[in-house]
Amino acid sequence: MKKLPRVGLLLLMVMLVLSYGSAIVAAEELIKIGIVNLPPEESGYRQANVEDMNRVFSRENGYDAKQTNTADNSEQIAAARGYIRDGVDYLLISAANASGWDDVLQSAKRAGVRVILFDREIDTDPSNYEVALLSDMYYEGELAVNWVLNNVPEPINLVLIRGQMGSAAEIGRSAAVLKAAEEGKLTIVADGTGGDTWSLEEARKVVEAAIAANKDFNVIYAQNDGMAQGAVQALEAAGISHGKDGKVKIIGFDFNRFALRNVQAGYWDADVQCNPRQAAEIEKWIRTGNIPSGIVYQEEIVLDSNTITDEDIEKYGINVDPGKGVITR
Amino acid sequence: MQSEIILRMEGISKSFPGVKALQNVDFVLRKGEIHALMGENGAGKSTLIKVLTGVYEKDAGQIILDGRNVVCRSPQEALSMGIGTVFQEIALCPNLTVAENMFIGRSQNSFVRWKEMNAKAAQLLDSLGIPASPTQELSSCSIAVQQMVSIARAIDMDCKILILDEPTSSLDEDEVKKLFALMRELKARGVGIIFITHFLDQVYEISDTITVLRNGELIGEYQTAALSQIELISKMMGKALSDVSEMKKQEPQTSSDSVPVFEATGLSSAAGVRPFDFRIEKGEVNGFAGLLGSGRSESVRAIFAADKVTSGEVKINGKKVKLKTPLDAMKNGIGYLPEDRKHEGIVGELSVRDNIILALQVMKGFFRPLSRKQAEEFANEYIEKLGIKTPSINTPIDSLSGGNQQKVVLARWLLTHPMYLILDEPTRGIDVGTKVEIQKLVLRLAEDGVSLTFISSEIDEMIRVCSRLIVMKDREIVGELSGMNVTEQDAMHMIAQGGKGHV
Amino acid sequence: MSKLKKHINRSSHLFLPLSVLVLLIIVNLIKGADYFRITMVNGAFYGNIPNILFGASELVILSIGMTLVTAASRGQDISIGENGAITSAIFVWYVLNAGEVTLLTILVGFFISCVAGILIGAFNGTLVSVFNVQPMVATLILFLGGRSIAFMIDGKVSPILANEISNKIGTVIPGIPIHTPIILTAVFIAIVAVVLKKTNLRLYVESVGINPSAVRLNGIDPKKIIFLTFLIMGVCSAVAGFIAVNKAGRHDSVNLLKFIMMDAILAVALGGNSLGGGKFSITGSIIGAYTIEMLNRTLLRLEVNPEAIKAFKAVFIIVLMVIASPVVRVFVRKVLDKAKTIGKASSLSTPDSRQMD
Repeated sequence: MKKLPRVGLLLLMVMLVLSYGSAIVAAEELIKIGIVNLPPEESGYRQANVEDMNRVFSRENGYDAKQTNTADNSEQIAAARGYIRDGVDYLLISAANASGWDDVLQSAKRAGVRVILFDREIDTDPSNYEVALLSDMYYEGELAVNWVLNNVPEPINLVLIRGQMGSAAEIGRSAAVLKAAEEGKLTIVADGTGGDTWSLEEARKVVEAAIAANKDFNVIYAQNDGMAQGAVQALEAAGISHGKDGKVKIIGFDFNRFALRNVQAGYWDADVQCNPRQAAEIEKWIRTGNIPSGIVYQEEIVLDSNTITDEDIEKYGINVDPGKGVITR
Repeated sequence: MQSEIILRMEGISKSFPGVKALQNVDFVLRKGEIHALMGENGAGKSTLIKVLTGVYEKDAGQIILDGRNVVCRSPQEALSMGIGTVFQEIALCPNLTVAENMFIGRSQNSFVRWKEMNAKAAQLLDSLGIPASPTQELSSCSIAVQQMVSIARAIDMDCKILILDEPTSSLDEDEVKKLFALMRELKARGVGIIFITHFLDQVYEISDTITVLRNGELIGEYQTAALSQIELISKMMGKALSDVSEMKKQEPQTSSDSVPVFEATGLSSAAGVRPFDFRIEKGEVNGFAGLLGSGRSESVRAIFAADKVTSGEVKINGKKVKLKTPLDAMKNGIGYLPEDRKHEGIVGELSVRDNIILALQVMKGFFRPLSRKQAEEFANEYIEKLGIKTPSINTPIDSLSGGNQQKVVLARWLLTHPMYLILDEPTRGIDVGTKVEIQKLVLRLAEDGVSLTFISSEIDEMIRVCSRLIVMKDREIVGELSGMNVTEQDAMHMIAQGGKGHV
Repeated sequence: MSKLKKHINRSSHLFLPLSVLVLLIIVNLIKGADYFRITMVNGAFYGNIPNILFGASELVILSIGMTLVTAASRGQDISIGENGAITSAIFVWYVLNAGEVTLLTILVGFFISCVAGILIGAFNGTLVSVFNVQPMVATLILFLGGRSIAFMIDGKVSPILANEISNKIGTVIPGIPIHTPIILTAVFIAIVAVVLKKTNLRLYVESVGINPSAVRLNGIDPKKIIFLTFLIMGVCSAVAGFIAVNKAGRHDSVNLLKFIMMDAILAVALGGNSLGGGKFSITGSIIGAYTIEMLNRTLLRLEVNPEAIKAFKAVFIIVLMVIASPVVRVFVRKVLDKAKTIGKASSLSTPDSRQMD
């Protein structure tokens, strides 16, 4: 008796799936795209990235796109094989793991599926894919360092707060600062990390330790917005001024809208973009049939208290917008 | 029958702190003999086996195997000398195949030659008539076959001695038959088998020789055919104490219209005791007599609802009640001191104080803790009353001696002022002095109007304390003895005959 | 002398965390003599000690729950950070949807998140006590899935909690010189102390952890007690999540309380508690939690290279655990006893040696 409703529900679900499938069959002339991506809950960046993919490769725009979101590399590879079997025209991949993709990329090539990598590189022969559209983390770091060199009065004493050790973002964004320090352009007075995380609390501790050690510093270089937030909390508690008219300049990464609002309000000083919206560029390539080859880096920008506008925040920001004038402490 | 001796153990002694587990014990095993090793709990059977197989180091004595004096330091070494052991619980891996279970861990080579192993296993299984395939997963076999596989593992090819420590306790009748057939097959090949069991009928069915141990001492070796069941029982139970002069048990004040303190009809539990009726009057001391495994513990556990009660009706002081959990029983004035002190009685690392107040505290409830002062007062009161020897009330109970631990558990129940107290083997494994103290305490409590059920493996102790004995055999009540003049002989006759009547 | 010894014996479980604490203080004092200096900044106490108390708030609360779970179930809850992420997501969701943010909405939100914490605890507790799943395996489910759930509750963004009351809870209330999370932690500890005093929680939990079968025959249902400890753990997670999210001013489901179970388990162990259950010391765990916080900060203070900081911590902890292990303890006791007997022998022989002189 109890089973009956369950069986009914199951049937209903099967029918729904079938009707959805037939809708796909009915759709003609659409360009078939398979997207292998990481799960949106991974980060605010990924959430924006996933949504952007769905928005750009829509039915209205002439695409029949399916997206798989998993952080498991083998599940990703399985999904990619599935898309190749389904006969997609293009395969878009943001890999969980840089290795292990050779076989599946070669079979895509044999099947005539054109592969475009986004956000993350794969360790394979460049002939195995058409193009990779990436964020250059080192370039982002350079943007930030240049902003620091141009906007912070000499001598520049910097607190470096690294994110998750060994991640691509940490390596690239750290390298730019370390190079500048080596060249004598600035001094790193404290160097800390979130360890396995990008957590606010860890960043706060790094700055608190620097204050406890009586370090004199005038800029905090935090490798994501949450960490910049934690760093500023430490300054606030210690009564050290920061931001536009303050002693310590604050620079963060990722373009979270709350961070951009803090920059706009002069609570922080600058933020560097890490653009999750590769879809428009890729869509342009596909539409025009003019696909570049090799690695293409996205154009990314830095915004500071003097240059930022509401349009920037709306257009480039990710995550929820707290609203104009609202400071997230 | 008089054949070649393969094992001779002479003058074996072994003591543990505070206990002499074995004292100058001799044991002889002959080729092709099934030798039953008998004795109640704590008699020293398993200690003797563990000395033989190298689990324990002996304090004195020698082991002569095939005429050579041997020292065995580990079960692996014993195995290599041709001594295989199978314990009550199957110590195999259920998710491996039969062949894997038979050979893994014993090859010198770390590489396994699967084909060879499976062939060897098939041959062994076949020759022993074990109905299992080498590649079958062990868990898909019945318990009996699993038991046989563990025997096959133990005997290997050139095993001389096989020790079976209660192999039949989890088998049904049919499975026991199969196991016995296998034992006879091995016997015919000249393997000497040491067989430990609680089931007397099985001893008489299969064994040639019986060695009886009691309290770590050898009572004697007998031909099975020449020893009657009642003689065997009396040898196992023996007479432990003679200090009875000051003890006087009381005839309970039963009149026809009195309402029993506790009365059960058709009670049974998931532990497998057959439905039974039971009653106890105010101030009465009765006891469940029978050998270990006869169902005496299961019966009292059913009364206390310690096992899941499956049927029966319970009346307390004439009023019908439902006892579903031990807490229900406690709230109705019943206390229960379990047989297994270590695993079910004491709470090891907790202090003597906490152990004493535990049951009372639970009855008072989660939100009404005793004050520290109150708890200490109670603890001190009972430490004094029962003469518990402890450095302080904060000492963890597991650092006390067995007898003192038992007194603490007793104190725990006395503190709840029970109307009816069940004591399952309260005197086991404790020194003679404390034994007598506990017996006296039981009689004193009865005088004060507490009803008690007293269980002991020592029949004379029960006769001394109980005014009524309920005799059990094979998880069933087979009779009852009451009156002031019950003797050990009467009780043993009933235990033995009850069995005969049943068969 | 013997009194002192008795006292040391009784509180021997606190020996490890206290000695580590002292060691860390010495290291910090060498680094800077002003380690204990406390100043007033914007009307609140500021200094290393207030920073430690502030930073360790969530960890302290979680290690209290972890202590109880460990004692009763003989295992650990590894989903506490994720549970805190879920309950705080629910708190933020309620506050942002309840209209104007008042003290009442915050309190109601907190209450709701505690209920959510209890439900999560009930989920884990059911798996452990009813279905007999190992605690680590049972809580693995929420450890893996919890942040996704929090992300969904967040509406797939990181909602901002920019309101004055949250800010005060996360920092200071004007007029009160102590940071609010420190006060909340103290209140929580006080409540736990009262619960331990006014109920039989300790006796029941310890008994169940030591010998569940004996306890059952004394009228305690071990399953219920294990279940109860998971409910308490759920409340601890909710309170920790509440403090963490108000500190952050924003709900970041990815990073909130991430990997905090490692430090919580460590705090329990460092507090002299057996991870195999039984007797427990919440005082020990609390000291353990503050010790870990101080250790983390000391490593930063020593300017250990960021690449090596985790390895340093690991080595430090391994050394501690080895020192505290029963094997070494027994060995040390043996050596001490031997030294004592030798000492006695030599003191007996002293007169002789004098005569020789």
